[in-house]
Amino acid sequence: MVTLALPRLFASGGSAGRALSMVERNVSALRGAYWIVVATGLFEPVFYLLSIGVGVGALVGDIPLPGGRSVAYAVFVAPALLASSAMTGALSETTFNFFGKMKFMRLYDGILATPLRPMEIAFGELSWAMVRGSVYAAAFCVIMVAMDLTSAGRAVIAFLAAVLVGFAFGGVGLAMTTFMRSWQDFDLMSSAQFALFLFSGTFVPAESYPVVLRWLVEVTPLYRSVHLIRGISIGTWSWVQLLDVFYLLILFVGGVTVAGRRMGRLLLK
Amino acid sequence: MTDESLIHARGLVKRFGEFTAVAGIDVDVRRGEAFGFLGPNGAGKSSTMRMIGCVSPPTEGELRILGLDPRTDGPAIRGRLGVCPQLDNLDPELTVRENLTTYARFFGVPRRVARSRADELLDFVQLRERADSKVEPLSGGMKRRLTIARALVNEPEMVLLDEPTTGLDPQARHLVWERLFRLKQQGVTLVLTTHYMDEAEQLCDRLVVMDGGRIVAEGSPRSLIERYSTREVVELRFVAESQEVYADKLAGLGERVEVLPDRILLYVPDGDAAVAEVQSRSLSPASVLVRRSSLEDVFLHLTGRTLVD
Repeated sequence: MVTLALPRLFASGGSAGRALSMVERNVSALRGAYWIVVATGLFEPVFYLLSIGVGVGALVGDIPLPGGRSVAYAVFVAPALLASSAMTGALSETTFNFFGKMKFMRLYDGILATPLRPMEIAFGELSWAMVRGSVYAAAFCVIMVAMDLTSAGRAVIAFLAAVLVGFAFGGVGLAMTTFMRSWQDFDLMSSAQFALFLFSGTFVPAESYPVVLRWLVEVTPLYRSVHLIRGISIGTWSWVQLLDVFYLLILFVGGVTVAGRRMGRLLLK
Repeated sequence: MTDESLIHARGLVKRFGEFTAVAGIDVDVRRGEAFGFLGPNGAGKSSTMRMIGCVSPPTEGELRILGLDPRTDGPAIRGRLGVCPQLDNLDPELTVRENLTTYARFFGVPRRVARSRADELLDFVQLRERADSKVEPLSGGMKRRLTIARALVNEPEMVLLDEPTTGLDPQARHLVWERLFRLKQQGVTLVLTTHYMDEAEQLCDRLVVMDGGRIVAEGSPRSLIERYSTREVVELRFVAESQEVYADKLAGLGERVEVLPDRILLYVPDGDAAVAEVQSRSLSPASVLVRRSSLEDVFLHLTGRTLVD
């Protein structure tokens, strides 16, 4: 799948540049409102970290890890919040905003009359979501280091992993949005997203779930993301994390491919 | 086909499921001409335009745009076209000027060039004072002019205009026509759809009349009028519940008599002679109008509603 889709994404030289012009459009549309965007995306995970990681953590005490080590609750929760905020950031841009632009602003109808192809628009929109998401992830990593929840070196790698998580969920978000019929469909998605946020080993180790449930949880994308970033930030990574990386890459490539094709079918009638 | 044939279509078909929007048309548009697709709503004009604009794959038939194949060279073709769609799809999150500069970037126009070109185009469509306004508060005519300006940011060889003046007031329509005429003088090939006869007569060197997805006539406005109508038309109104009763009494007058609910049209070579003949038959219509035959007469003749031959 990777070898099929990637050459097409970057083919014919101008493709990347054309996708970038889509990002430029979004920067223009933001204008002076940069700080609002940054603030809203950053506050949520920080509030969770303070209220649950630090607040509830004071009641919970240390969490034992599978390896036998135990860590403070905030150390356990922080990487999961980084992963889930990467998910939330990517999804909000690639679902609500993307849907609004496609169905209501009819933005892409005009853009498709230019040399841009549907795949390039999808990739441009995803890149833009990643620019936003990366700002949040970087800021959150700085806070983690400042609160001594991880080391600076591990935070840098965790940041890169968070960007990958964003790309994966962004790709999936774009693909899902091309199937949405109305705003009501988004309620379903929000519920699913919230369930993922609560049960992906975010606040409680997945090992504490019954076996069947545990298997179910472990195949979900947010669990794989939390597993990857937690392994990095706590320093307990092994080859299993490579599996997470591979899983997320497949989501990303599959998502963008489906989104590009579906956009073509929806808009180029 | 010749090199200078910018649009070359043979047996072009567009189907949406069971519905056939375009049922096999042949079209050739040469460089520098203004070409019109004329027809009632649902005739297949917009579907044809979307295929030409490479945003709608043809179901069947041969189509070459600028000598290239839309199936494989879509981006290259679209890079050399300007498109003004039927419904304005300007970017509501951007200002008037940004709508032009951002759009230019989609064509890979360098930023500096995009800015200077945007200013030139804003002058061209008389929107310089609104450059920093958002799109929403603009009037319909202003939005349409901005859409036309946007279609020109890549200095296209051919501009596609789908009903460019539908919904505009007379002042706005004349301004748009005047700008389009200037473009034509600059050598830009114009392809437009319309159901306004005056628009087609004003702007088009050559046109096709479409009905039900097919081409029913083709030629210059003048030649179509000569072929499908008479030199003059006499419009008679009688004070009566139905104009029908007078139809028999007018029989044999001119080449064709058309009875409408409110008036009777006589298609004749000489209007004044026909009026004299009407009076000699001691008919006294409430009003008489002699006018030159127009494309509208051709259009109505070709696309239906003719009652008497």
